[in-house]
This record gives sequence, C-alpha cells and structure tokens, in this order.
Amino acid sequence: MNTPVPALEVRNLTATFGDGRLTAVNDISFAVAEGEVLGLVGESGSGKSVTLRSIMRLLPASGAVSGEILWQGEDILKMSDRQLRSVRGGQISIIFQEPSTALNPVLTVAVQIEENLKAHTELDRSGRAARARDLMDLVGIPEARRRLKEYPHQFSGGMRQRVMIAIALASNPKLLLADEPTTALDVTIQDQILKLILDLRDELSMSVVLVTHDLGVVAATCDRMAVMYAGRIVETGTVQQVFSEPNHAYTRGLLGSVPHAGTERTKLLSIEGIPPGLNEISSGCAFNPRCEFATQICGTRTPVLEQTGRGRQAACFNRDAVIASGSPVL
Amino acid sequence: MSGPTQDVLIDIEDVSKRFALPQTVLNWVSGKPAPAVHALNGVSLTIHRGETMGIVGESGCGKSTLARCLVRLHECDSGRIKFEGRDIAQLRGPERRAFNRRVQMIFQDPYSSLNPRMKVRRILGEALSVHKMRPAAEIPARIFELLDLVRLSPDAADRYPHEFSGGQRQRIGIARALAVEPEVLVADELVSALDVSVQAQVVNLLLDLQERLNLTIVFVAHDLRLVRHISHRVAVMYLGKVVEVGPAQALFSAPRHPYTRALLDAAPELDPTKRNRTVAARGELPSPIDLPKGCLFSSRCPHVFERCLSERPRLGDRGPQHKSACHLPDFGSAD
Repeated sequence: MNTPVPALEVRNLTATFGDGRLTAVNDISFAVAEGEVLGLVGESGSGKSVTLRSIMRLLPASGAVSGEILWQGEDILKMSDRQLRSVRGGQISIIFQEPSTALNPVLTVAVQIEENLKAHTELDRSGRAARARDLMDLVGIPEARRRLKEYPHQFSGGMRQRVMIAIALASNPKLLLADEPTTALDVTIQDQILKLILDLRDELSMSVVLVTHDLGVVAATCDRMAVMYAGRIVETGTVQQVFSEPNHAYTRGLLGSVPHAGTERTKLLSIEGIPPGLNEISSGCAFNPRCEFATQICGTRTPVLEQTGRGRQAACFNRDAVIASGSPVL
Repeated sequence: MSGPTQDVLIDIEDVSKRFALPQTVLNWVSGKPAPAVHALNGVSLTIHRGETMGIVGESGCGKSTLARCLVRLHECDSGRIKFEGRDIAQLRGPERRAFNRRVQMIFQDPYSSLNPRMKVRRILGEALSVHKMRPAAEIPARIFELLDLVRLSPDAADRYPHEFSGGQRQRIGIARALAVEPEVLVADELVSALDVSVQAQVVNLLLDLQERLNLTIVFVAHDLRLVRHISHRVAVMYLGKVVEVGPAQALFSAPRHPYTRALLDAAPELDPTKRNRTVAARGELPSPIDLPKGCLFSSRCPHVFERCLSERPRLGDRGPQHKSACHLPDFGSAD
C-alpha cells in the first residue's frame, strides 16, 4: 500500500444548530487521500450529509461549524469569500441526491454547465461551448449538441444525475463530494452512475467522498469507509477490513440487517429500536440503548475513536466481544 | 400445516391496464385515440396458498399497478384475476365484502396511509367493526392482541400516528391489515421508506407472522436483496410484463432472462472482493406510451437479434416452475 497523501483533512469538525442546542456532527476527524473514494455511511440523522455540506460551508445560517477543514493545507472555514468561491465548485464540487431540485428548471443544460466554466476557467465563449459538449460525452449523454439546448425536465432521472456530474466536473475538480447520488435511481441506472464516477476518478485522479446509507454501494465503490452514528464516526477502515471484521457493534448490526445470499427466509440480525433524533442522544455511547454488547461503562462514558490496527479505528468499549462474534456477511 | 403449497389461490390471466393521457391536438386531428401509459401488458401469474410471491422490477415496470389490481383498487382493462377460481371483477355484495376482507393491502408510505386525526385504537377498531369481526364489547381486547402481534406496547392504542417512528407506523399498518384476519397480504414496498436497521425488524416480523398465521404474501419491491430474502417464488417484471418467474433459489442463482441477469449484475454485492467494473445494462427504460414492437427489453438487451425486434416472446418453460419470456431458450442454462 502506498503512503496516502491527504487531499482533504477534517479535524474535530462539529456542526450545531439552534444556538448550539442540537449537535448534528460531534467532533469528527477524517482524511481523504488523493484518488481515494471514501464512503461516509450511516442512517438518517447520523450527520453524514451535514458533514458533507460543512466541508463546502453550505449549511444554512442556523448552523454553526467549528474545527478545521484543511484543503491542501488551508482551512476552508477560515477562507475569505473570495478564496472560498474559487475552491467551491472549482477545486471541490458537489452533487446531490435529487438532481431535479438541484438543477435550475428554467435554464437550459448548456447555460448551467457554461455558468460553471465561466466562473472557474479562462475559456472564451466558443471554448466553453466545446468544453460543454466534451463534458456531455464524458458523462455518457448521447447527442450532446441537441441535448445541451434542452431543459432539465426533458431528461430522465439518470440523465439528470449525469448532467449534475457534468456541471460538477466542468472545473476539473480535485475532490468530488457526492451526497447519496444514486438513492433516487433504479438499480441498473445506479450501476451506470457509480461506474461512471469510478471511471472519472481513474481518468481525472480525483478524490471522492460518497455519502450513502447503502452498504452494497459502499462495497462496490469505496476504498475506505467511515461509519457514522448520532453525529460521530464510530468506525473507520478499508472497506475490506470493515466488512470482514466489524469492530463496532453498530457496524456489525448494520451489516447483518442487509439480506444477502445465504440468509434467505431466516431472521436477519437487525438492531432493536430506531436511530435517535438529535435531541434524544443518550449519555455515554450514543448506541448503547440499542446495543446487544452494551455493558455498564457504555451508559456512563463516551468511547473515543481508537487506533485498532493499520488505518483502522473504532469507538467501542466492547470491541473484543464484537470482533469475537464475527462478521455477518463475509 | 404452514408453508407454501401448490394450491392456486390467485390466478392472474393475461391482465392489461392502461392509463389514458390527455388527448393531443395531433391525435385529435388525425382521428387517433388519446395516448395512454401501458402499465400492464398481458400479465399472467399464479399465486399459491401459503407462499410468498416476490414481484420485483424497476420503476415503471407495473409492479404497483399489479398489486393494486389484485385488491381491486384498479379494475383491469382486459384479462381476469381469479381468487379461488372466481373472477374478482364479478364479485358483488357479500361476496365482494368477503373478498375485500380476505385480501388486504399494506401501503408503502406509513405517513400518508394512516389517518393523522385518529388514535391507533380507532384505526384498528374501525377495521374490526366495518367487517364485524368482533362484537363491540370484545373490540378493546382484540386491539391489544393486535398490538401485541406486531410487537407494539399496549399504550400505543391511545396515541396518534405522528407520535410513532416510520417503522412503528408500518407495524400499525400491518396490524390494521391483520385486524380482519385476511388470508392474503399484498405489501407494496413495505419497508423501502425505512432505515436499514429498521427494515430488518419489519422483515423479521413479517416472516414470523406468515408462519404463525399461515398467510399468503405478495411482496412487491424494487430491492432484489429483500425480495430474494423473503420470497419462495419471484416474478421479474419489465415494462408491464412478467419476463421471468421461478423459485427464488433457481431464479437468483441461474436467471434465464437477460433482464434478470442485468438486474442481478447491477445490484451491488455486499462483498467488496466481488467488484465488477463493467456496466450491467446500458440505456434506459423505453417510454411506456410507445412500446417497442417486439421484445420489450430488446432496446437494452446485449443478446438482441432480428427476431427480438419483430416478435414479442411468450413465457416458456425453463425448468420446474421456472419460466422465461426470451427468444433464446438456452439463455442462462448450465450447458
């Protein structure tokens, strides 16, 4: 394994809402290496999307962010608006879950792609038009010349997601942030989009942070993964490591909740209860009320993320018991 | 006595359903009928007593329309659905009420399928009194029984739907369906709105209830992993047609239709070592308004040949209880 150079490093990121009353992201740290695909996994309310938006300083005004987000050594949170503009949508691009709400319905696709080219490249008018056509080819939209003149509603869901990716790629970003990019799509279209993202990563040597709730998507696309629960990262590692030997009770439960070959018509591992809301996170380990491995200490002290192996971290007091009970999938 | 049988409970014969669109000027001038979405194009399928029949497909394949036809929320345009040998469209009066009781539907969205102004007690009590399941005096006791059956605590009876999480609401939906002691449950995307860990709870509950109450379940979903997990037999739909049907084990281990193969290849495996970088199926679903003339999958099929473009294949036998609608009878066979 080559020594990874972190392209993005997040240190002690905390995001709160309502004057600090609700903590959506609680003191998380992670790094993304150049050309790496990092999966940020969790259920609703785990803070994965807020994390992604914090990186781009896209939280609404009611949200407050602290910590450091180092992009090529510079803290995005301390950047001036002018600096931020060149990074956001330039060096770092973002794509969202629902392309029909992220695209402007009253502008043609050509205008929306060229808007980004105008902001982040030196190209002249004809250069931009040519580059827009190239981008449409790159993301696999046929008949680029004709389709550039169309509006978002004239595209199918999968094609709209390709348009969003084309806009995101217009500035040759070094980092692509993807927030559930395939959740709204059918499985054959999801497969096309995920493979497109991987191909583009290879061709353009971008890093990718992929937010998803789907462990299958993680297994198929990510190099490393970070599992989030109630605003904290509870486990990190390579996808292979985490799937074959989950170190945290939540990760293990999540893996066991997904049906897979060999489990037909048997009871799934499932986790009792539901993910907590932001105002009902319990003291100690946030997962302890649902955890089958919980002991007394889990209710009183909050476990910290500890190194458990090479490139591997987990925040669980009963790690040994979890490891001993094995992986439910591999 | 529970478990799947060979006894045909529901027999779907060549069912079609169209939804008319507004007439266009061009069609009007040229005297053509208004365009229509062809949601179901001759679906034939049998459902056996005691089994779970999984119906799987991507959006627009007609799986929800079929589910709605099964409980008569839609009337079929042509073809017939027979329940215990009787055409359900012909049932009248007490017979129709009996059918409505015996076949129950659970909906996808637990937020919109429960009346927000009714306490759970009334939601369940209404089902019990409409179908005269119990004398009024016994209804309160039965409500607690039902809550217990879906593992909700008794105090749930006095709460409103908004006080519950999505998973709990889906349990209320199940309890309401079970209140009238049905034989068939039609579950349309029962767990797709729920978090992964909560999905597993509801799936476990459904498997358990099926065994205890000897239910026949029609499980409609887009999630292949889920359908594989829960079904005895599976029907794969594409553009309003069943393209393959067979025992879950056989269909998932050796699919006999190129579309099923593509669906399986596209669904990411839970094993990071089994990565595959080739795209499973190129292109997108054709418009359900202007259907292709030949095989409905021909526009995306990697094995397409001349005959596929002119002639629509029929379901043909491929093994025990296993059928596929493809012009390549040997597709996916071991030899």
